[in-house]
Amino acid sequence: MRWLIDYILEYLKSDLTPGGAGNLFWITVYILLVFVGLSVAVICMNWLERKILAHMQVRLGPMRVGPHGLLQPIADALKLLLKEDIMPAEADAVVFWVAPFIVVLAAFTVFVVVPFGPTHAITDMNIGILFMLGVSSLSVLGIVTAGWASNSHYPLIGALRSSAQMVSYEVAMGLAVISVILMTSLNAEGTGTLSMIGIVQAQQAQHTWFVFKFFPLGLIGFFIFAVAMVAETNRAPFDLPEAESELTAGFHTEYSGFRWSLFFLAEYSAMIAVSSIAVTLWLGGWLRPFPSFHGPEVAIPYFWPPADPSAPKGVLDLVFALFPGITFLFLGAMCFYNTARMPKHPLLKIQTIGLAGFGAVLALIGLILFVPPVRDRVGDIFWFAAKVAAFMYLYIWYRGTFPRYRFDQLMKVGWKILLPTGLVLLILTAGAGFLEDPVKEWLKHVL
Amino acid sequence: MIIGGILVITRKNAVHSAMALITTLLAQAGIYLMLYAPFVAGVQIILYAGGIMVLFLFVIMLISIERNMKERQFNKQWLVGIAAAAALGGLFIAVYTKGKSLFPEGRLNFGEAQNTQGVAALLYDQHQGMYMFSFEIASLLLLVAIIGAVVMAKKRI
Amino acid sequence: MLHISTLHYLVLGAALFLLGVIGVLTRRNVVIVLMSIELILNAVNLNLVAFSRYWQGIHGPTALHGQVFAIFVITDAAAEAAVGLGILIAFFRNKETVNIDEVNLLKW
Repeated sequence: MRWLIDYILEYLKSDLTPGGAGNLFWITVYILLVFVGLSVAVICMNWLERKILAHMQVRLGPMRVGPHGLLQPIADALKLLLKEDIMPAEADAVVFWVAPFIVVLAAFTVFVVVPFGPTHAITDMNIGILFMLGVSSLSVLGIVTAGWASNSHYPLIGALRSSAQMVSYEVAMGLAVISVILMTSLNAEGTGTLSMIGIVQAQQAQHTWFVFKFFPLGLIGFFIFAVAMVAETNRAPFDLPEAESELTAGFHTEYSGFRWSLFFLAEYSAMIAVSSIAVTLWLGGWLRPFPSFHGPEVAIPYFWPPADPSAPKGVLDLVFALFPGITFLFLGAMCFYNTARMPKHPLLKIQTIGLAGFGAVLALIGLILFVPPVRDRVGDIFWFAAKVAAFMYLYIWYRGTFPRYRFDQLMKVGWKILLPTGLVLLILTAGAGFLEDPVKEWLKHVL
Repeated sequence: MIIGGILVITRKNAVHSAMALITTLLAQAGIYLMLYAPFVAGVQIILYAGGIMVLFLFVIMLISIERNMKERQFNKQWLVGIAAAAALGGLFIAVYTKGKSLFPEGRLNFGEAQNTQGVAALLYDQHQGMYMFSFEIASLLLLVAIIGAVVMAKKRI
Repeated sequence: MLHISTLHYLVLGAALFLLGVIGVLTRRNVVIVLMSIELILNAVNLNLVAFSRYWQGIHGPTALHGQVFAIFVITDAAAEAAVGLGILIAFFRNKETVNIDEVNLLKW
C-alpha cells in the first residue's frame, strides 16, 4: 500500500498530462474519471433544467420523487432502461442500431483534450482545437443516418434540417475560433498554438482573458461563438428540428427507451463540450478571475510545492483559493435551510431526512475543500467547472426565454449575419494584433 | 481500411457504402497520425468525414434509390473493368518489387510538436516554400465549385 | 516486429487505388462511382503523406511539402464532389434514374 501512495504522490508532482507522459495507468484513471464525471454532470443537468425552467415559469417542477425532486433523473433513467425497444418495420437494422452510437461517440471523444487544469487533461494534443471541431462535426453524420434509418418522413425532414443547421453554424464557429488562435500568437516568439492547454497558458502569459482582449473584438468573437454553439447543439432557440409542436421530436421520433437516452446523453454531453471550448478559448479555462493580480505577499501553507515553483503567494490568491470550499458550504447551508422549511408531515419524514443528508454531504465536501493540498489541485478544476456551469445556466435561461427561430430565419442568421461578422472580426483582430506593439511604443512616447 | 474499401464498392445499398467510406476515411486519418502528420489528420476528419460525406448522404437521401436497389448492381462490362484493374495491379506489383531497395528501413524520430507550425511556415514563408499562390488559387477554385454546384442544381436558370 | 517503412504505406495506397478503380469501372450507381473516386483521391493522399515523411528524413523536420500538397488535394476533392453531386442531381431530375448505363442519349 505504501508503494501505491508513493506512486500517486510521485505522479502528482509531475507537470505533464498523462497522455504527454505516456503513462497507461493514469490515462485509464483519467478517462474513467472524465466518463463518470460527465455522466453525473448530465444527470445533474437533467434535474437542474427541469427545476430552473419550472422556477422561471413560476411553478415548482419535480418535487415528488426525492426531496425537491433530487431523485427524478434516476427515476427517468430507470424508466428509459426498462422501456420496450421498438424498431420500425422497414427500417434498416444495421444503420438504425449504429446511429445513436455515432452521436454518443462523437460527443464523448471531445473530452479527451478538454483541459481541466494545467496538467489535468487526458492528453494535450498539438492540434487540440482542430480535433475538437472535427469530432463534433462527426455527430452530424450520426444525426443524418438516424433520420434516414427510421424510414418515415418526420425523422427524415428533421434530420436534414438539423444537419443543415449544424453544418452552417460550424462555419461561424470555426471563424470565431480562428480569431482566438490569432490572439494566442501575440507572444514573444510570435508563434501561436492549437493546443487547448497552450491557449489557456497564452491567456495567462498575456494577463487577460481573451474575451476582454482588444475590447470589443474579443467580446464579439465570444458572442458569435456563443450563438453558434447553441445552434450547433440544436438547443433553444434553434431547436426547430426537435420541436414537439412542429415535427414530433424530429430525428429521434422513432427511437424509444435506451436508444433515445443515448441521444439525450449525447445532446447534453455536446452542450458541455462546446461550453468547455468556449470557456477554454475565451474565458481563461482554469484561471481564476483576475489571474494576474496577486495583492500583498502572505504565507500560504502548501503541503507540497506547487507545480509552478514561481507561483506567487499574494493575498488575493488565498482569497480566491477559499472560494470552492465556501461555495459548497453555502450550498450545504441552503439545503439545511430548506430542510427546516419542510412541512412537518409524517409522510414527508424520509424526504426531510434525505434532504438533510444531502446537505451534510455538500457541507462535508466544502470542508474537505478547505484543506490546503486538496485546495491547490482541485482549485483549477473548480473554476473550470464553475464557468461551464454558468454556461449551462445560460442554456437553460435561453430555453425558457426565447421563442423559436423558423428554419429560414435560422439559416439567414447563420449565413448572412454570423459569417460576415466573423470574417470582419478576423480581419480586425489580425489588424489589432499587428498594431499592438507599435501603438504601445507610441503611447510610451506620448505619455 | 482495405475492408472498408471493399465494402464501399460491393454493397447494394448506397447508404451502407457511404458508412463504409466513412470508416475508411477515419482509418485514413489514423494512418496519417501514424505518419506523424496530425494536421492533415485533423483536416481530413473535418473536411472529408464531416463535410463531404454529409454532402454524399444528403444526396443519397434526396434521390430515392429503393427502386435502384432491386436492379442489377454491376456493369455490363465488369469483366473488362476487372481485367484492366488486374493489369494495373500487376504494374504496381512489378514497380514495387523492383524498387524495394530504394526505400530506407530507418526509423525516424521527429516528434509532432511543431507540425502545424511547420505546415504554416511552408505556406507563408518566402524562403521555404511559396505555397501562398496555390492557397489563393484553391480558394478561387472553391468559389467556382460553389457557383457551379448551385447553378447545376437549380430548377430554372 | 515488422518494421513499417515507406514501402508498406505505398503498397497500402496502391491497394486502395486499385479498389477505387474497380469501383469506378464496374458499378452502375453514379453515387457509388463518385465515392470510389474519393477512395482514389485518398489513396493518392496517402502516398503523398508517406513520401513527405520520407523526405523529412532526408531534409530535416520542416520539409513538409507532401503534407501541404495533401491538404490541397483534400480541398480539391471537396470541390469536385460538390460539383459532381450537383451534376448528378440535375441529371436525376431529367431521367429519374441513377444508373450510368442509361446515360446514352448520344448513342446511335
